[in-house]
Amino acid sequence: MAKYDAGVKEYRDLYWAPDYVPLDTDLLACFKVVGQAGVPNEEVAAAVAAESSTGTWSTVWSELLTDLEYYKGRAYRIEDVPGDKDAFYTFIAYPLDLFEEGSVVNVLTSLVGNVFGFKALRSLRLEDIRFPIAYIKTCGGPPAGIQLERDRLNKYGRPLLGATIKPKLGLSAKNYGRSVYECLRGGLDLTKDDENINSQPFMRWRDRWDFVADAIHKAERETGERKGHYLNVTSATPEEMYKRAEYAKELGMPIIMHDFLTGGFTANTGLANWCRDNGMLLHIHRAMHAVIDRNPMHGIHFRVLAKCLRLSGGDQLHTGTVVGKLEGDRQSTLGFVDQLRESFIPEDRSRGIFFDQDWGSMPGVFAVASGGIHVWHMPALLNIFGDDSILQFGGGTQGHPWGNAAGACANRVALEACVKARNEGRDLERESTDILTGAASHSPELAIAMETWKEIKFEFDTVDKLDVK
Amino acid sequence: MSVIGDYQTKNTLETFGFLPALTQQEVYAQINYMLAQGLTPGIEHEAPENAMDHYWTMWKLPFFGETDLNNVVAELESCRSQYPDHNIRLTGYDNYTQSQGVNFVVFKAQGSTRAW
Repeated sequence: MAKYDAGVKEYRDLYWAPDYVPLDTDLLACFKVVGQAGVPNEEVAAAVAAESSTGTWSTVWSELLTDLEYYKGRAYRIEDVPGDKDAFYTFIAYPLDLFEEGSVVNVLTSLVGNVFGFKALRSLRLEDIRFPIAYIKTCGGPPAGIQLERDRLNKYGRPLLGATIKPKLGLSAKNYGRSVYECLRGGLDLTKDDENINSQPFMRWRDRWDFVADAIHKAERETGERKGHYLNVTSATPEEMYKRAEYAKELGMPIIMHDFLTGGFTANTGLANWCRDNGMLLHIHRAMHAVIDRNPMHGIHFRVLAKCLRLSGGDQLHTGTVVGKLEGDRQSTLGFVDQLRESFIPEDRSRGIFFDQDWGSMPGVFAVASGGIHVWHMPALLNIFGDDSILQFGGGTQGHPWGNAAGACANRVALEACVKARNEGRDLERESTDILTGAASHSPELAIAMETWKEIKFEFDTVDKLDVK
Repeated sequence: MSVIGDYQTKNTLETFGFLPALTQQEVYAQINYMLAQGLTPGIEHEAPENAMDHYWTMWKLPFFGETDLNNVVAELESCRSQYPDHNIRLTGYDNYTQSQGVNFVVFKAQGSTRAW
């Protein structure tokens, strides 16, 4: 047994372990780090491992009461970041017992806690986490998942189609319900509360629920199709969220919605459990994500937030569109879309995937593409996102010159024409104009939509690019 | 007179309900896609008033191991002649995802235009 030796040690003496072979049960993390000038990379990497696990700046006597070798995180590898001479990647292995079972909250509190404010670092970004299957098995995951959601909603062989109701603020409950009804009767499967809509003076939640339920029931009767609307239960307290969720259930609604970052992971996990117990689907919005994930040097990559959400629970998560108005690199987006939907994803640096990830039997999450997309994007969207996605056209539905129903119809015709063409073996992106024009010849709604949005593109350079050679 | 069109709600019954009735060749192409994907074809029929039920009545059993387009077509025709007043849909079971990779109404009940 070592004697107590007060003072400050080099982090690397304890936390830099280049010979360490990670265990299958270890939780692994990859950080992109820039240290302060003059500090060796190994010391910086070890400091990150220490400060995100058992370490503190000074030796303390009570360390000797436990076996820190068993509990400490270890920096086991460092790598250059392609194209950046200041930054490097450090890979850290954390023993399973550092984390409470079923709590992404606890994992994040360690991994992205105090260490992000640590003065020895100029910047720090959590790029990826490999969750061991042993940990995944302790998490509830999606309340329903893709397969059950398709069965409940009777949607097969194609992406689902949705829209966020606009204007996002200021409508009365009855006028809002009208907008929902028009979208659904026109061919959308689902409509969505904007994330800003909670229960404001102009429209209290309970009145919205009542009118939306009426809209859904009528649209289902008339179309012979199942319909839904993401009723946003995000609110100031969990108690209030459950109250709103209960009333949605009482009305026979299939799905509710939560904003997982502003609401928080604790609230999200609780709500996901409630949904599982009550046969309700859970749509997840991601307001605040760009604050955390857009800076390529500091923060948390969205693929980590997406993985955490799959563990915490959600049936649908926004992923960006690649082609629309919001930031999103194609390869990187495909990388985290895989993390939401697949059961095993191998390491693939070209998609920003730093580790093999085994999800076991955890259900998949629908990828939601929403924001600045319209009918002209449909072939590319189907190609990029495939069937297990929800394509949401807000302005692209409600901005149609004939109104929501015709706008919805235009999108549905375009989607079905693309699915049919794909199944026939046609090349969606190369033949996109032919496919859409052909479909428009039997749909005046689509022809008008194509005319309305033909010039709209959002082509700006991506801010957060993958680090590739 | 407004140039805005009047959009009339349609009874569309899910996937491909917004396309014009598929021609015989187009239905064949979808069946070939299903077979190429390794999905198991199945046929279901139901009276229009029960269209919203999760379960439509199965026509025989799913055709496990079927790879011949003509056999699937013959079953569809046979189902239609037996149940002309029913909607008839084709399903493609995926035993890996335990979902259906294909599911669309091939024949709408008699009197509708949706048939080859």
